[in-house]
Amino acid sequence: MKDGDQIPELRVTPDRYLPHRYAGASGDFNPIHIDPEFAKNVGLPGNILHGLYGMAQVARANSAAAGGDPRKLKRLSVQFRGMGFPEKEIVVTGTVKETRDGVAVIETVAEQDGNQIIRNAQAEVEVG
Amino acid sequence: MPPIEMFDRRNVGKSYPPYEYEVGREKIREYANAVGENEPVYHDPDAAKAAGFRNVVAPPMFAVVYSAGAMGPAILDPELGINLMMMLHGSQEFVWGEPVVAGDTITTQAQVKEMYEKDGRQFFVFESVSKNQDGAETVRGTWTNIVRGG
Repeated sequence: MKDGDQIPELRVTPDRYLPHRYAGASGDFNPIHIDPEFAKNVGLPGNILHGLYGMAQVARANSAAAGGDPRKLKRLSVQFRGMGFPEKEIVVTGTVKETRDGVAVIETVAEQDGNQIIRNAQAEVEVG
Repeated sequence: MPPIEMFDRRNVGKSYPPYEYEVGREKIREYANAVGENEPVYHDPDAAKAAGFRNVVAPPMFAVVYSAGAMGPAILDPELGINLMMMLHGSQEFVWGEPVVAGDTITTQAQVKEMYEKDGRQFFVFESVSKNQDGAETVRGTWTNIVRGG
């Protein structure tokens, strides 16, 4: 992994009921994520993905880039912007910004239909 | 917006009771399946042990599962006066240490790290520190919640 390298792209399409499974797994049952009617009543187009589910996809792309070993992912910071929706493909891309002392700094974005749902993500992974 | 007298920077540094979470193998599996983490180390004890872990290991972002019980009382603290209806999770950082495996007991403590107003919005920054049963730090989280003006 060297400066300017792209990490392997991660593509995933959360199905209609994924927010329910993520709610159960994480304990976050906020109705904006699992109840389309509730979401519409508070002015959203429909139920939206959990932001931390999107962050988990960014984490997965970065640890996969480091060989799939969870010990290699040392730090991840993200900003949640825009809204993610079920039944639309998420594309996670990343570029190595710099490598120093055996750690690569990777700048990552997650988007749906060209709309960034996770931005300014920066990961530090151990390399070599 | 909470009344101005409730936006009280004297709450910076306030800490909340530690929350203890016992990590189960099937909970790791449930979480890993939900987020699409298919690596065998998250599912198969033999694969995890072959990779040098004591038991099936939790994906890094499982930190949100064992930290949640510590974060809830902080965000809901009436002294902070966060308007939950107007709150967005703005940003998040995790710095990982010792891996978490099934059978671990993780204790997380949250505190108010910073509060400020900017562009008519209120920013509430919390820090959580999680340690395992041996006292080793597993993750340090920085949670930034933004409350929009009404």
